Formats: sequence, structure tokens, C-alpha cells
Amino acid sequence: MTAPLVALRGLTVDFENGGRLSRAVDRVDLEIAPGEALGIVGESGSGKSVTWLAALGLLPAKARVSGSVRLEKQELVGVPARVLEDVRGKRIAMIFQDPSSCLNPVHRIGWQLVEALRLHRGLHGKAAEAEALRLLDQVGIADARRRLQDYPHLLSGGLNQRVMIAMALAGQPDLLVADEPTTALDATIQAQILALLSGIRRDTGMALVLISHDLGVVAENVDRVAVMYAGRLVEEAPGADLFGAARHPYTQGLLAALPSLTGPRRRLAAIPGTVPDPWNVPTGCRFAPRCPVAETRCASVPPPARSVGFRHVATCHRQVEAAYSVWSLPQAAE
Amino acid sequence: MLTFVISRLLRAGLTILFVMTFAFIVLRLSGDPALLIMSVDAPPEAVAAFREAWGLNRPIWEQYFSYIGHAFTGDFGKSMRDGRPAIDLVMERVPATLAITMPALALKIGLGIPAGIYAALHRNSMADRLTMAASVAGFTMPSFVLALLLVLVFAVQLGWLPASGSGSLDHAILPIITLGTGGAAIMARFTRSAMLEVLGQPYIRAASAKGVNWRRVVSHHALPNAAIPTVTIVGFMVGSLVAGAVVVESVFAWPGIGRLLVSAVANRDLAVVQAILMVIASWMVAANFTVDLAYGWLDPRVRSATAH
Repeated sequence: MTAPLVALRGLTVDFENGGRLSRAVDRVDLEIAPGEALGIVGESGSGKSVTWLAALGLLPAKARVSGSVRLEKQELVGVPARVLEDVRGKRIAMIFQDPSSCLNPVHRIGWQLVEALRLHRGLHGKAAEAEALRLLDQVGIADARRRLQDYPHLLSGGLNQRVMIAMALAGQPDLLVADEPTTALDATIQAQILALLSGIRRDTGMALVLISHDLGVVAENVDRVAVMYAGRLVEEAPGADLFGAARHPYTQGLLAALPSLTGPRRRLAAIPGTVPDPWNVPTGCRFAPRCPVAETRCASVPPPARSVGFRHVATCHRQVEAAYSVWSLPQAAE
Repeated sequence: MLTFVISRLLRAGLTILFVMTFAFIVLRLSGDPALLIMSVDAPPEAVAAFREAWGLNRPIWEQYFSYIGHAFTGDFGKSMRDGRPAIDLVMERVPATLAITMPALALKIGLGIPAGIYAALHRNSMADRLTMAASVAGFTMPSFVLALLLVLVFAVQLGWLPASGSGSLDHAILPIITLGTGGAAIMARFTRSAMLEVLGQPYIRAASAKGVNWRRVVSHHALPNAAIPTVTIVGFMVGSLVAGAVVVESVFAWPGIGRLLVSAVANRDLAVVQAILMVIASWMVAANFTVDLAYGWLDPRVRSATAH
């Protein structure tokens, strides 16, 4: 296996809030190979976005980040701002959920693109403008020359997300972190943006981290999927294995909640209970209170990450078989 | 854009007309200038002659239309005290007022805006808390209290500056500080909250994610956005440049519009009071109009809303 492009080791994020600490991300280990597409799935509040904001040092000062994030040989946790500024946009770019509010309302699209080009590629004047045009063209924006003169409020959400992607590409990054890039967009636009991201990845060979709460979005666009729950990584596997042979009760629960297009109509199973509050998490497995197959030790002992197949890791005490879902057991019906 | 300007000008004219009408009615309801100026024990014939001379015996609506009609030709009546045109009396006081309100405005902006930006960038730090505590003290203290405190310290105790009067640069210093302090405090508070609002916006994080260094994020991404709400307050302060100093001018015996207004009201010098209110209203309206134009210049969203 090739050396990872980015490796998270024991990454932990605590938020200080009115004197008490709440742990948003707990000892996350994760690797991304060059050119790989990794999906990160989880409910809101599971820590999937915070993990990547922490990796790039983009969290507010009240967040305490520990553990390690390595970009090849470069450590990113606890380093001076100047080091991170060189990484952001140039090595690792990030796009966000609501593109229209991620673009500065008082600057023209062209100005914002040229800023990135000047920063990362040292381009000025005519050369920068030509490259900005090419980037807008690359992300499929028609009439690019006119768009350079427009302000963000004149563009639709989908167009603005394309502009954000163009801006992320300006630094020719090795990794693009797309944090819920299509959540704020219409379903048809969503498909276009995802296709665009896949296309760019194919053309440029950059790695992609696709963060989403939507299993469907992730399933079609990545090689490997990591599932997060309440700040912890619970399962990690190649896409097909995860969707076909999930081994963690939480992942199985997410899959059971999806409607299927084929086969008989059935009731969609919802996972009972709610996500624990971040300042009051269970001491053992964080999913134990909602888990249909939890044992006594699950409540007190944090489960280890176990290899359950080729590149397939589940963080669970129970040896759940891939063949059947714990949610189809009789006691799980209620 | 042209329709925008025309509609604003029409509205401005209406506002000024409204102020003039209101001042006219209130002044006529609140006492008889003839009795005040002639004193109560003047012979009735003299009072009647005074009323005759100033048209005070005519029906009120007739007085009103004659006043408005003359106002359109630039004639705002004569002072009942010394018979000079009221507008001349007012205009010759404007420079004195501006001599203290303009430096005070510079103080408000020059001190308040940087302090607000600094406090926002160092939110919850000691410096932020101190700045905000000073700001609360600054704008809760009434200007006459501050004026008297300054006089006590710098004129009475230290003897560095004159306590009141005019004529030299030294005389202007205490009035300027008194006027500027409260405004600077408001400005600091307002700038801080505008800045905090902007710093919490997603485009600030996105700019950082793009690799822009913090200094440039602040100067190129945050400040231009925070300027939009801040301009409202600056406009308000510019609007009060002419009006702003009734209390301070009285305390320091500064010969500006504020003191003229106080004495004209006390004397029921109708034409002068009305002229002062008209000048203040016109200035305010002009300041507001400028602010509206500034919005369009600062905020492209406003620009495209007025263009369509």
C-alpha cells in the first residue's frame, strides 16, 4: 500500500463551553491515499465536519485540538498559522455546505478567484484573468467572462458552488475536502455537482473527502466510506463492503432506514433514541444505549477497532455477522 | 438610479416641509412672543403695535402660508430681537459650531472605529473587556456631567485650559473632548458588534480555508462588510454636526448654533428658532441622502436592488 497522503492519528477535539469541555471528536484514526475518494458519513453533530476543520486549523480558539494530522511528512496540529496558511487551498482545499454565504458578498467572483490564483500560483493581471476564465470553464460555468464581473448574490446556489470548486482548484490541491457540498442545493443540481467533482478527480488525480449525512450521495461517488457516530469512527470499509456487508449495528441501522427501490414494500426502520449530548456521552460504546445487541460491557468498556475483513474495520464488541442485520431481530422491531 | 435620486429628493423636500410646519405650529401654541419680548407690564397699545408689526394678529393659517411662501424665496423672516434676517443670524453661527463638532466627529471615528475593530478581533480578552467597559462609561455619562468633570480637572485643578468662552484654540479643546467621548464610545460598540457579526459569517472561514492569511482576511474580507452597518452610525453623527451641541455649547459658553437656539427659544424669537430648525433638518436630510448613496457604493446587493 502506498504511503498515505493525509493521516489522522488519535485526532481529538474538545470545545470549551462555559467552563465545561465537550468532546466533539474522539481519537479518530483515518488515512487517505493519494487520489483516493473517501466518504465520511454521519448524522449532524457526529463530528465529521469538525474533524476536517480541525485538521486545517479552521476551528475557533475555544476548540482544543490534540492528536496528530500529517500531510505526507508535515504535521498540522499545533503548528504556527503560517504553516497552515501554506497548506490551506494549496495542498488541501475545502468547500462548504452553503456556497452562497461562503463567497464574500462585496467582492466580484473574478476578484475572489484571482485572489486565490495570486496566492497559490503567483499569477497577476492578464495571466490571472485567463486562468480564472479557464477554471470557470472547467467547472462548467457558461458565459464565464461575464460571470467574472458578477457578484455572488446574482448567481444561483449551484453556480456559486461551481465557483467555490473553481476557487478550490485554483491552488491545484492534492486533496479536496467537500463538506456537505450539495446539502443546500436542489436534487438535480446536486447530481451535477457530484458528477463535476468525480470528473475533476478523474482528470486531476486529486484525492477527495466527501462529507455527507446522505448515504446515497456517498455511495455513488467514493472508493471507501468511514462512518462516524457521536465523535467516533465506528466503521470503515470499501464502499461496496460497507453497503453490502456492514458489520456495525449503527451502520446497519442507517442502511435499514433507507428505502429500497426493488423488492417488497416494507416499513422503514428508524433507530430508536437520540444521539447523546456531547458533554454527556456514555463511557463505553457511545452507541450502546441505542444498540439492539448491546451487552453489559458495551456500556462501560469502549470497544476496540477490529479488522473484520479486507480493509474493513468495525469498532464494536459484538461480532456482528455481515449476512443479517441486527435490526431485523425480533427485539429490534420496537 | 435617476428615479432613485429623484424620489429621495422629493422625500427630502417633504421631510423639511414637515419639520417647518411642525415647528411653526408648536412655537405658536407655546406662548405669546409679544408678551415675552415686550415684558408683561408693557402698555397694551405697545403690545398691540408689536403684534401688528410682526403680523401676529393675523389668522394663524394666513401667517403659516405667508411664512412658507417667503421661505421658498429664501426669506425666513427677521429676528424679533434685533430685526436682522433670521437666516443670517443662524448662518454666521454655523462656523463656530462646526469648529467644535467637526474635530469631535474626527475623534469619534478615529478613536471609536479602531477601538471597536480591536475589541472584536480580541474578543473576550482583557483588552476587549476594558474597551467595552470604557465604552459603557463613555456613553452613559451625560455630556454636561462630563463637561463639568473636565472643567474641574483641567481648568480648575490643573489650570491648563480655560473653563469656558471662545477665541483661542485652547477654548475649543474641552468642548471637543466632551462632544467626542460619547460618540466614540457608541462608535466603538457599534463597530465591534458589526465586526463580530461579519467574522462569524461563512465567507470568513471560507477565505481562511482558501489560504488567505488572517491579516488579509480582516482587511479585505471582514472590514469592507463591517463598513456597511457602521456607515449608518457615521451618517447619523454627520447629520448631527450642525445640531449636535446645545448642551455643550451652553456649558462652555461657546457661541454656536446650540446656544443661539437656547436663547432664541427662551426669547420666543420665532423666526430664528424656525430658521435654526430648518437648517438642522436640511443638513440631516442631506446626510441621510449621502448615507444612502454610500450604501450603494459599499454594498453591491443594494446597488442591484436600486438599479432594477
